[in-house]
Amino acid sequence: MIKLLVDNWSAFISGFGWTVLSSLVALFFSLIIGSLFAILEVMPSKTARVIGNVYVEIFRNIPLLVITMFFYLVIPQYIVKINGFTAGTIGLTIYTSAFIAETVRSGINSVDIGQMEASRAQGMTFWQAMRYIVLPQAFKLVIPPLGNQFINLVKNSSVLAFVAGFDLMYQGNAIASTTFETVNTYIVVGLFYLVITLPISYYMQHLERKLA
Amino acid sequence: MSSMIEFRDVQKYYGKFHALKDINLKIDKGETVVLIGPSGSGKSTLARTVNGLETIQEGQLIVNGRDIADKTTDINRIRTDVGMVFQHFNLYANKDVLENVMLAPRIVLKLNEAENKKMAMNLLDQVGLADKAHNMPSQISGGQAQRVAIARSLAMKPRCMLFDEPTSALDPEMIDDVLGVIKYVTSQSDMTSLIVTHEMGFAEEVANRVIFMADGQILEDDETETFFKNPTNERASQFLGKIIKH
Repeated sequence: MIKLLVDNWSAFISGFGWTVLSSLVALFFSLIIGSLFAILEVMPSKTARVIGNVYVEIFRNIPLLVITMFFYLVIPQYIVKINGFTAGTIGLTIYTSAFIAETVRSGINSVDIGQMEASRAQGMTFWQAMRYIVLPQAFKLVIPPLGNQFINLVKNSSVLAFVAGFDLMYQGNAIASTTFETVNTYIVVGLFYLVITLPISYYMQHLERKLA
Repeated sequence: MSSMIEFRDVQKYYGKFHALKDINLKIDKGETVVLIGPSGSGKSTLARTVNGLETIQEGQLIVNGRDIADKTTDINRIRTDVGMVFQHFNLYANKDVLENVMLAPRIVLKLNEAENKKMAMNLLDQVGLADKAHNMPSQISGGQAQRVAIARSLAMKPRCMLFDEPTSALDPEMIDDVLGVIKYVTSQSDMTSLIVTHEMGFAEEVANRVIFMADGQILEDDETETFFKNPTNERASQFLGKIIKH
């Protein structure tokens, strides 16, 4: 296994790099997009709530692979040329954002309604109340489930392998098919994923303790 | 004297439930009005319509010269003139006591930081809690929290205060401190107050007028002395009889 790792070091590291990059980009944007749709889902305006709800229900109920294939095959054909890495990362972002929206919305709903009422009663706008009072409390409540979403996101980034995204899984497939060391290859791939996900897991636990 | 709050034929529905029926009520500037009645009578709902936390379906509600029900009215502007104190205090749980008082003046009124802090400390001092400025809401008692909530409302320099059962969630020994602060607030000559409460002794002491509500209607609206000595409405006198026995 050590030999396999040493012989294919550059391929593993390159795959690892693309996986980390895709995960970071998707994490950043899915957190922003997810939070926006979570807020839409709790807005006083019914239209806003419907838009938020439709987005969430569509994208969390379609397989990630289908969303990704759509961006890989359909978008380049009709709209704009994008490579596999970009298509995969967009698919991952949109898919994950639907779950983050649901997570954040549940956090917002767990904050006592009196917090919003007191803010509005003092003349704050809905957005000011969200920004200064409700969201900080909501995010604190949803740290554990958000951590789960982040970990899922990293693991789901393996979808890039299907669209030539050059990620860890893609490199693993390539190495396995040339060396025929299938078991060892996927063990190494698994270990590389752990290198990303375990620190996230421990960091979220630390954050939870610190803010509790 | 001109009016601060005026209800004109106001109707409020929750779906099919008729929560406020034909409300006509005028509260003059500087007046202290206490609103009493059995639970479920619509007292809190009525108070909450004044700053638009509850919407009305029919009629006009004029607060400080502006019609709340008018779609073109900037509700946030009205809310800066109307302070509200809630039954469950609703202090901002993620902010310390001082920040609770300073936040809205900073982001809504754009008050400068030094002036804001001076005013906030001053208000906390007035409610006897300057030493708790850096405590979180979870670290102070209910009575203290309610006094902070009053200071927080006063920081907006409101012309009118709404107290929605301000002592109902408090332990008995905390109630007097809070009532003392409310009494001080209502004694300011230019402050208009609407107080929903079950504290009859307190009502008798601070109110210029008492309004009795039941089933979403105003059944009696009298000078305080008249109300407590000779209530004309039968349900009001029954209610008083029950309350005073306990």
